[in-house]
Amino acid sequence: MIVYWLCFILFLTGLYGVITRRNLIKIAISLSIMEFSCFLFLALLGYTKGGEAPIVDPADPVRTYVDPLPQAMVLTAIVIGLATTAMLMAVIIRIYRKYGTFDIREIKNLRG
Amino acid sequence: MELTISVIVGFMILGAIYAIHARDILSAVIAGGIVGYSLVICFLLIKAPDLAIVQIVVETITLIIMIAVVLDSSRTEAYGRFDGQAYATAGAALVILLILFWLFRHASASLDHFGEGTLRMSDAYINGAVEKTGSVNLVTGVIFDFRGYDTLGEATVLVTAVLGVLTILRIRGRK
Repeated sequence: MIVYWLCFILFLTGLYGVITRRNLIKIAISLSIMEFSCFLFLALLGYTKGGEAPIVDPADPVRTYVDPLPQAMVLTAIVIGLATTAMLMAVIIRIYRKYGTFDIREIKNLRG
Repeated sequence: MELTISVIVGFMILGAIYAIHARDILSAVIAGGIVGYSLVICFLLIKAPDLAIVQIVVETITLIIMIAVVLDSSRTEAYGRFDGQAYATAGAALVILLILFWLFRHASASLDHFGEGTLRMSDAYINGAVEKTGSVNLVTGVIFDFRGYDTLGEATVLVTAVLGVLTILRIRGRK
């Protein structure tokens, strides 16, 4: 049970970073930390005690396996997380080239 | 098992806290890498080798992108004075965190204990999946066969993201 709590504390750490930091790169890092905690939480939910990796051995098919469904979902989510992070970093580097800073307080003219 | 994973998640929390508070952006990015690579070890411990492989590749690519961005721009964190607005933001963040913590305390009552979850949905995926999909790796069977359209959508998202990055980096901004 404690590992779920630690996962959630990791999520809260990332959320704290997103809310309080003023540097765009740190906000991106905090977002990916939140992502990682969600992945770990979902993968932990599928763990079964004494389970094996979900790869069937045809010679010995009756064994306990961990749940393959959360693993497949998390696999999709990891790849999409990479796509969002790459997109985010592209936007951030554009903002830096235009404004010369990562500080969100100095980026005022975002509209238009 | 649970203790080992808890210790590793504790290290992840430490790395996250350092990444958030580091003065140098490059060290913040690398400390964020601690979190990602510890996640690989956790995935290996909870018997998810496919996730570990994908995560180690993705984390390396993310780290390379982030370090390239940091080296191309500024490394110093623009710490101004810690003014009233910063205190207000930190206070609001702590209130939100406390509310979420309280909600999770209530929600965690309905969670199964670690490692004792029942396979509610996955029985159909596990029993007979080898005959249906022809893949001994059940995760591959779920991704490419049972949920093939999901994977198609994922590929669409990837292509869209690549197009978006190319567009954003190539357009000429207004001066």
